[in-house]
Amino acid sequence: MGQYGIGQPIRRKEDARLLTGNGRYTDDVNLDGQVYVYFLRSPYAHAKINAIDTTDALAAPGVIAIYTSADIIADGVKPIPCEANAKSLKGVPLFKPPRHALAFERVRYAGEPVAMIIAESVNAGKDASELIQIDYEELPAIADTSRLADADAPLVWDTLGSNVGLHWETQESAVSEAIFKSAHKTVELKLLNNRLVGNPMEPRCAVSEHDPKTGRTTLYAPSQGGRRVINAIAKEILNVPPQSLRMISLDTGGGFGIRSKTYPELVLMVWAARKQTRPLKWRADRGETFVSDVHGRDQSTKASAAFDKDGKLLAVRNETIVNVGAYLSENGAILAMMGGGKIMGTAYDVPVLYFSVKSCFSNTVPTDTYRGAGRPEVNFIMERLMELGAQAFGISSIEMRKRNFIREFPYKTQMGCLIDSGDFPGTLDMTLDKGDYAGFEKRKAESKARGKLRGIGIGYYVEGAGGRPVEEMRVRFEKDGKVKIFAGTFSHGQGHDTVYSQLLNEYLGVDASKVELIQGDSDTSPKGAVGTFGSRSSMMGGVAIKRASEAIVEKGKKIAGHLMQTEPSKVTFKEGVFHGGTSSVTLEVVARAAQDPSKLPEGMEGPLDESYYYERQGESQNFPNGCHLIEAEVDPDTGTVEIVKFTAIDDCGTVLNPLIVDGQVLGGIAQGIGQALVENTIFDNETGQLLTASFMDYGMPRASDFPMIGIHFNSVPSPTNDLGVKGAGEAGACGAPPALVHAALDALKEYGIRHIDMPLTPEKVWRAIQAAKSGKAA
Amino acid sequence: MAKISMTVNGKTVSGDVEPRTLLVQFIREHLGMTGTHVGCDTSQCGACNVHYNGEAVKSCTILAVQADGSDVVTIEGLAKPDGTLHPMQAAFREYHGLQCGYCTPGMVMVAVDIARRLPCADEATVREELYGNICRCTGYQGIVEAVMAGSEAMQTGVLPLKDHH
Repeated sequence: MGQYGIGQPIRRKEDARLLTGNGRYTDDVNLDGQVYVYFLRSPYAHAKINAIDTTDALAAPGVIAIYTSADIIADGVKPIPCEANAKSLKGVPLFKPPRHALAFERVRYAGEPVAMIIAESVNAGKDASELIQIDYEELPAIADTSRLADADAPLVWDTLGSNVGLHWETQESAVSEAIFKSAHKTVELKLLNNRLVGNPMEPRCAVSEHDPKTGRTTLYAPSQGGRRVINAIAKEILNVPPQSLRMISLDTGGGFGIRSKTYPELVLMVWAARKQTRPLKWRADRGETFVSDVHGRDQSTKASAAFDKDGKLLAVRNETIVNVGAYLSENGAILAMMGGGKIMGTAYDVPVLYFSVKSCFSNTVPTDTYRGAGRPEVNFIMERLMELGAQAFGISSIEMRKRNFIREFPYKTQMGCLIDSGDFPGTLDMTLDKGDYAGFEKRKAESKARGKLRGIGIGYYVEGAGGRPVEEMRVRFEKDGKVKIFAGTFSHGQGHDTVYSQLLNEYLGVDASKVELIQGDSDTSPKGAVGTFGSRSSMMGGVAIKRASEAIVEKGKKIAGHLMQTEPSKVTFKEGVFHGGTSSVTLEVVARAAQDPSKLPEGMEGPLDESYYYERQGESQNFPNGCHLIEAEVDPDTGTVEIVKFTAIDDCGTVLNPLIVDGQVLGGIAQGIGQALVENTIFDNETGQLLTASFMDYGMPRASDFPMIGIHFNSVPSPTNDLGVKGAGEAGACGAPPALVHAALDALKEYGIRHIDMPLTPEKVWRAIQAAKSGKAA
Repeated sequence: MAKISMTVNGKTVSGDVEPRTLLVQFIREHLGMTGTHVGCDTSQCGACNVHYNGEAVKSCTILAVQADGSDVVTIEGLAKPDGTLHPMQAAFREYHGLQCGYCTPGMVMVAVDIARRLPCADEATVREELYGNICRCTGYQGIVEAVMAGSEAMQTGVLPLKDHH
């Protein structure tokens, strides 16, 4: 409706506060009398802990307490649970080793917390940590993903007998092998999907406080909302009633999937606050954030595709080793199949799929969901196979894709996902048009004149958005005329305050300035709060708001009818006004009446306050898709890859706010380009040490890594949710990596380079060129 | 401990600090002004940028004692007392140059500095100038557009509006 409703590029309500230094992040919380926490972390990737002696450290100035695993275990603190479940074809379940919040008997990755020091100042805690005597017996470590399943690999968990925590397959391997033998052509590729560090700009931080009078403990920490973290800490780890714990997430400086986890430090901050009389504060620096946040991706894959004589896919085989790290975080062991495998085939009709995942342990930081969580990986694999297929048949990348696109919906993927809608050929054509594909050769010649090799590359993606199938939202009209939304979702940069206000404007005619978003507090968020991840907030939270609004209107009709002396069934509602016969009354008046029992129909209670627990039907996620087209220039002398033109056409379904959706797409693209161009998480293969643990070593994308990106939409509203929305946040991370790699490989065509693993750093590209020149092309 | 005094956002402030205290720690922890953020420990991210004697400086790179007698402006000192946003702040809002808001104070302080030094900077120059500031959310596009538009607004008094599809 009007200029504040759905589809308008409303400027964000959040911004004035955040732009003037009035944001409030966890590190801005300082409680009276607070003391400081410092975590001593393992310097070894793998070692036996023979003994820990804290005597000298406890005597150091300013030290209040030091805890090790012995203390928490003696106090009955349970290991951090992993709720993921999966079985092999033979019924062997996922191996779930215990993960204590502080290392127990062994350390299994460098950076694992070993001791918690509480002191009067951060520096006193750090100084004391150096006095803790730990007798480590170093053990062989393994980090290299492609070697984890090898018979001679050092073991992370002795009792498992190998590092393979789960071997999951869609079916017996032999089914597809037969098709490959009789296929007209086949292509095969080995690739590494590089490990990434999410790196929200806000480092890890937590503040906790226990109130002995009420017996309640409050934890302040950035998160992605919902109740899972605090409920797990209460019910499964500390064994205390959930209502005795409260979690508050204030402004949160980025999430990207990694901030939704039950981290050891959060468990310890809650537990230790209950032992201490003063509030606790922990604030990690960036180096500590690098080893204490979960990491993303890190898969080693062998993939192959079989085609018939017309270049139509007959089958795809995908064998992936996922490096889950030393312990299981929430979804690390299953995201390759439950996030990625489910949509395998992506935009293409794949009649037979063999999908195999070995989730393997290593002496590295645990991995888990990070922007895309399995979908960028399978999109990258499918796009590489399409490109190799095109080369094998001697047809264009465009033609290859068009021969294999899914064209009829709903389409059931081999793993049972129902892709609801899309216009894949139309989106591809629109991309070629907007990106001036036809003019590429001319631009290439112009680049050549400057000594640069120009290439063009396509990345078509489909991703499955929506995450868990439930969410709850509550809409309440207040006495002062404000309308509060109590959200189960959690905005940590996505502008929910703005978009949800637009929805209330659309459905109830409420002025956006009157809407207030309440989120991130377990005391006030709805019981069914789940949170924000998996590009789900507009779909799950938005639909719940729409339906809560409808309930408000229904109740409002009864009150309006009572006020206007009209039969409620004859009352209509439009743009914030109830009409009955010749009378009308505004929602504002009705909301005020709802606060006054004397103005309500008999038996009704005020105020206007409705919650909606939205439960998605079956497995119907939604399927954002799109085409990213990149032109890149490679400098053959230095190996530098520069993106010179970038066009993205996305189908995010109905666009609620194009300003914000553009922002989500751009943010995803930046992380996709980061993966493809500069980001890499490198462990020393001998010692398991993380070598890229600062912004000096880890390549964070900078403004100069990007050109202006042309964003357009080819919206096909999703038929499976009330709003027609599809996710937007993870799209870019799926489309950009294959588009960039294809552009670079196209530029390098004259050298016959078949593949380069991401990231395409100048060194790697230069080496590939040199190898090609000396006849050893990759 | 060392006694220091400086002007922050036009007001004289003083404090007793350990010599190792960084300017950003003095601003956040001693003055309680939390708009200036800390995003790394290697002076890479730029979230802690302030104006130090009129120039954008990462406040994690200087000691509070070095800043004795200096004139500092933080993000809190940019808008008018009546709340009217500085043209660069308004440009960040108009062009969606922020999402989570954590890098934003540093970005805005640097953007104002760029606009003052290079009032007609082109896109490529703005991108190079932002090398010392990391944003993880926006992909920088809205930021670059905001710096250029905000720069124009600082000169002409009129903020060009974003043309949206």
